Amino acid sequence: MRKKILALVGIAAIALTAVAVAQEAPEPPHQQWSFDGPFGTFDRAAVQRGFQVYSEICSNCHSLNLLHYGDLGPNGPGGGIGYTEEEVKAIASTKQVTDGPNDQGEMFKRPGRASDKFVAPFANEQAARAANNGALPPDLSVMAKALSGHADEIYGILTGYKEPPPNFKMGEGMQYNEYFPGHQIAMPPPLTDNSVTYADGTKATLAQEAHDVATFLTWASEPTMEDRKRTGAKVIIFLLVMTGALYGAKRRIWADVH
Amino acid sequence: MAAPRSQSKIVRWIDHRLPIFTFIDHELNEYPTPKNLSYWWNFGSLAGIMLVIMIATGIFLAMQYTPHVDYAFDSVERIMRDVNYGWLMRYIHMNGASFFFIVTYIHIFRGLYYGSYKEPRELLWMLGVVILLLMMATAFMGYVLPWGQMSFWGATVITNLFSAIPVVGNAIVTWLWGGFSVDNPTLNRFFSLHYLLPFVIVGVVMLHLIALHQHGSNNPLGIDRKGPQDSIPFHPYYTVKDMFGLAVFLIIFAVFVFYLPNALGDPLNYLPANPLQTPSEIVPEWYFLPFYAILRSVPNILFIPAKLAGVLCMFGSIFVLFVLPWLDTSRVRSARFRPVYKWVFWLLVIDVLALGYVGAHRPEGFYLILGRIATLYYFFHFIVLFPVIGWLERPLPLPTSISAAVTKKGGARLASATTPMEKP
Repeated sequence: MRKKILALVGIAAIALTAVAVAQEAPEPPHQQWSFDGPFGTFDRAAVQRGFQVYSEICSNCHSLNLLHYGDLGPNGPGGGIGYTEEEVKAIASTKQVTDGPNDQGEMFKRPGRASDKFVAPFANEQAARAANNGALPPDLSVMAKALSGHADEIYGILTGYKEPPPNFKMGEGMQYNEYFPGHQIAMPPPLTDNSVTYADGTKATLAQEAHDVATFLTWASEPTMEDRKRTGAKVIIFLLVMTGALYGAKRRIWADVH
Repeated sequence: MAAPRSQSKIVRWIDHRLPIFTFIDHELNEYPTPKNLSYWWNFGSLAGIMLVIMIATGIFLAMQYTPHVDYAFDSVERIMRDVNYGWLMRYIHMNGASFFFIVTYIHIFRGLYYGSYKEPRELLWMLGVVILLLMMATAFMGYVLPWGQMSFWGATVITNLFSAIPVVGNAIVTWLWGGFSVDNPTLNRFFSLHYLLPFVIVGVVMLHLIALHQHGSNNPLGIDRKGPQDSIPFHPYYTVKDMFGLAVFLIIFAVFVFYLPNALGDPLNYLPANPLQTPSEIVPEWYFLPFYAILRSVPNILFIPAKLAGVLCMFGSIFVLFVLPWLDTSRVRSARFRPVYKWVFWLLVIDVLALGYVGAHRPEGFYLILGRIATLYYFFHFIVLFPVIGWLERPLPLPTSISAAVTKKGGARLASATTPMEKP
């Protein structure tokens, strides 16, 4: 009986591996991430650098519709990315937010507040497509969860631009990318060495920028991740103790039956 | 009706008018349970507890969820981000669906191995199949609610199955959708039904329990209780055993909820639904993959087109469970005393796993062939093997009673308590 169960578990494991392997684009190589593993947390400095890359480059085309500026600060879900409330206010106030209608019935612009959503680069999908050769830059709020390779895949795509192989047919205005499904991506290579000048003095190589922005987008996709892992540790420790106690109770109660 | 041995005046006052305490006493303290149940018997109560967990978390999620095509996706993300412990409620609910199916499938296979569907438990088994069908409908509609890419396209594929019905198929699909495509009316009714059906499940679970308590649990030996020496009261013996099993189960569940919350789901569902962009591969959640494999493996059968044949076989794969008590001709319940069925049972387990494996892939080449073989085998197993093995098999001698088997070599080693018959 035990052997049979083991054999079945083996079969199931093989089946699951095969499911995981069968994907179209090559799997992006695994990077070291601060948030990996059951005790991983977000490297706040990396998230802030990634936020800088997003703000200066990505945000020209990509929205982050699910985020508020306040999420970056201590009152945000998961306690933010290390900015103080004043810093968050300062970040928000550099943006122009459309508000209204006012008493005259007109929409007006005002500086952003912490409670505002991230301002999107385009007013609507049509405007985004018109500015991008017909392609729609997707919202990045939960992109790190929507890609099967998660942060590795973001890193892979951002660093995966290459010359197409000799007889590879490229579509009009498309770029060859090693890790994008189908290898053709409409987004031109967004990052190069020194695309940004980091406020903290870190050397802005392409790899560094890609790594930082992937960290930021992973935070953005689930700002409550650290809460989740911390709560999980407590819950599981509690359950282990409870399991031990119940096992003892079970043994005692059943002692007279055996 | 005997009043419970309570000293409390209030309890006696209430019980005299509403015999709720007598009822509890009768169903827990007096309820005789075979003394030899193994841990495989824990999965029924685990399924019941999962149902409660799903309803409890679901009610909280519904307080924050917006069933509208423009807001559904964002409202779910709002729960994840801005609602206190919303992420916890959602991850419990989301992974809870998977774990509900895991424990239910184990519960069903346990019933298959130990013949728990046989006389006098046929209706108990059939009510269980009804619960399974309701669970599947509920899970399917729940998966549509976050309105991600797989929600939308899964809903489109599955509702389109009804168009396979001759003549009225397309009209039925339009009626199901409340329009000419999966859209806001579809999402609204799915939300409404997703909230309703779990309570219908609760009702059928109660019937399932009434049927269970009529003759009591089956047991690993598959023989009836012969007297008080064969049974122990449910409480405290099985309450504590169920609690211990629950604690172990919750540890595994917690590992997924807190550390692998998205491992069982499709990442594509974190992209908002887009009716203009079909994903390259539309697959249901893992717990539907075996059925999906059957659906997609079936070719044209005579004059029946492949789509209709696939739908019929998919529903047939569940329907066949309804008639299983009459397909199995063996009078011996437990596979322990059925030298042939004992092995054949595992072929069905492997077959269903193979179907699940096939279901995750496009029905082409190797997968199509394997899917067809596995589908054929599935029906062969139920329609041919069950009756034939029952007729031809020579079962081993049954122990005279549960307690005889228990006392012979000690409770823990029941399997070795019976001497297998020499092969002729």
